Amino acid sequence: MTLWLAIIGMGMVTFALRASLLVLPERVRLPELLRRSLRYVPAAVLTAIYAPELFLQQGTLHLSPHNEKLLAGLLACVVAWRFRLTFVTIAAGLAALHVFARLV
Amino acid sequence: MSVIVFAGASMLAAMQLLAADAPVALIVLTALFINLRFMMYSASLRQHLGALPLRWKLPLAYMLADNPYALCIARFADHPADTHKLEFYLGVSGTVWLVWQLAVLAGALVGAGLPASWRLEFAAPLAFIAISVPLLRDRAMVAAALAAAATVVLLHGLPLRLGLVLAAVAGIAAGLLTEKRRA
Repeated sequence: MTLWLAIIGMGMVTFALRASLLVLPERVRLPELLRRSLRYVPAAVLTAIYAPELFLQQGTLHLSPHNEKLLAGLLACVVAWRFRLTFVTIAAGLAALHVFARLV
Repeated sequence: MSVIVFAGASMLAAMQLLAADAPVALIVLTALFINLRFMMYSASLRQHLGALPLRWKLPLAYMLADNPYALCIARFADHPADTHKLEFYLGVSGTVWLVWQLAVLAGALVGAGLPASWRLEFAAPLAFIAISVPLLRDRAMVAAALAAAATVVLLHGLPLRLGLVLAAVAGIAAGLLTEKRRA
């Protein structure tokens, strides 16, 4: 029951966000600050989603050369910047994870 | 879930929250913040697809996702006068929607059978790296990403991923401040 409530709630919220500004009539102008703020949402949210996976281990900060997830993640960032191809980034990151796990 | 919500990042977060017996309201609120980026996509697609009738815009909105958005915006920026923007959007988004649903189905059917030693769960953060790193084209964007990362890591002790919500706010603030100082 909780599961279905959550799914339907998420579905409604997500659809509302996706439709929100697209369905506004063309004459409506958005406030300048809102438009500028929205520009930073993807970079901020997407980074905040993956950062804990790299920096935390069992809920504590793990900043060391023995953290193979951090090393593989940083390498994946470089690959993503250089090649801009999702598949290449994922493949390189997974390969790096296994290599670093052996080395450190 | 995949058909109704169709938003992977919020679905991953929801699975963690459901496993922690979080209240429904918090799951929905977390989804709202994670999917706030679609509001920005919605705003920028309006310049290109805003003139269409509502019966087109509603299904288009349902299909809106990260990768098709990035492809469409790049294409529309190169060909601003293209008269087939709707067809391009439908082709890209429809394909992504179908492949996504098939992949979720495949994952549900065989996912548990894959060996844990392959560590395929690391593909999830890697996918987010692949989408987000190419966005960091100017200093304000980098500042937004760094501030969000620092906030979410430092606030990881907060219950139920509230840190993610605050990280979004910190990232936006950092982006706006960096942009202002340079101007």
